[in-house]
Amino acid sequence: MSEPVLRLTDVSRVHGTGAAEVHALRGVSLAAYAGELVAIMGPSGSGKSSLLTIAGGLDSPTSGSVTVDGQDLGEAGISGRAKLRRTSIGYVFQDFNLIPALTAAENVALPLELDGAGRRSAQAAARTALEEVGLDGFADRFPDEMSGGQRQRIAIARAIVGERRLILADEPTGALDTETGEDILKLIRARCDAGAAGVLVTHEPRYASWADRVIYVRDGIVVDEAGETPGALLVDEAGA
Amino acid sequence: MSVKHALLALLEKPRYGYELRAEFEQRTGASWPLNVGQVYTTLSRLERDGLVEAGGTDAEGRSLYQLTEAGRVEVKGWFDTPVERTQPQRDELAIKLAVAVAVPSVDVGKVVQQQRNATMQALQGYRRQARSGVADDLAGGLVLDRLVFAAEAEIRWLDHCEARLRRAAATSTAPEPTGGGGR
Repeated sequence: MSEPVLRLTDVSRVHGTGAAEVHALRGVSLAAYAGELVAIMGPSGSGKSSLLTIAGGLDSPTSGSVTVDGQDLGEAGISGRAKLRRTSIGYVFQDFNLIPALTAAENVALPLELDGAGRRSAQAAARTALEEVGLDGFADRFPDEMSGGQRQRIAIARAIVGERRLILADEPTGALDTETGEDILKLIRARCDAGAAGVLVTHEPRYASWADRVIYVRDGIVVDEAGETPGALLVDEAGA
Repeated sequence: MSVKHALLALLEKPRYGYELRAEFEQRTGASWPLNVGQVYTTLSRLERDGLVEAGGTDAEGRSLYQLTEAGRVEVKGWFDTPVERTQPQRDELAIKLAVAVAVPSVDVGKVVQQQRNATMQALQGYRRQARSGVADDLAGGLVLDRLVFAAEAEIRWLDHCEARLRRAAATSTAPEPTGGGGR
């Protein structure tokens, strides 16, 4: 099998020290390959969102390593990680994280422009991405003129613009009704089918079932995995 | 599950046995396959009970069945009456977990995990079916939705069981006395 787009190796994350020490992740390893969507499920506080922020270089592990597209995030440094986030990694959050003062197209074009693309080419790419998520004709609207489902589509367009290879989605359907949520998952799935690797954090089984593999995290460790697996993980938990 | 009533309802338009089976399976997204013998047995019982009657033959000489007036009343009654929920069907999974909690040698957590994986795989299967176009037909899509909702509910319930088991284990470090039955 080829190299995964995302690889976490023995990743741990500890917040605080001494008595206040919290182990968000304890030795998690996982890989996501091109064309694959991996879902991460687990109860609140299980570490699933920590896993995603570390996978995307928004936070750094206390120990262990993360590679995206073969590049080690620890070795990349702050500016290297920032560049990867602008060019290779697309995020979708539950609360959309759009800039209200920018139009849909400007929101989508922003990461490209920050990466040095010319305004015109960035805008053209943004409009193509908006079309891809079914928002042709909405490019010049502001987020607050649009519904929740449409705003999440803008966020997805921003996450896929410029051929990003890794899509990280943290409860992207949390604020949406079932049918709109399904539409959002269809878009993420389509992007993975087109060759991206996707990691989806969700507590909803129906959305997790769009994934090729479903990984269960509890108390910061991977406890179980369902689906067609390139090397299933089944870590036995030594009772707390 | 009343196959009898479903078949009866589909005889709103006269049909022959094979056609009736095909219609049932298509409408239900092939989720509950019937064998044609079952269909003909049901038809002869319905005929005996005066709910259907012979309705001549089609161009190819196949014997058609049609609803009688009593059959129409029966179909209306079926649609007008909610499906009984006061006496839930025997639920093997609930029974299995309840017994697992009471039998000390069983790893209940493992039973929960295995079931959740199996149900998630079933859910992934429904998803693949939906993506392959089964859900494009309205009736087939509704049945598939029903299966998705049921599997989803089961996974949520299993998550809930797991959380309760862990809470119970955390509050009683010593093994529970037998006979309490757990919860």
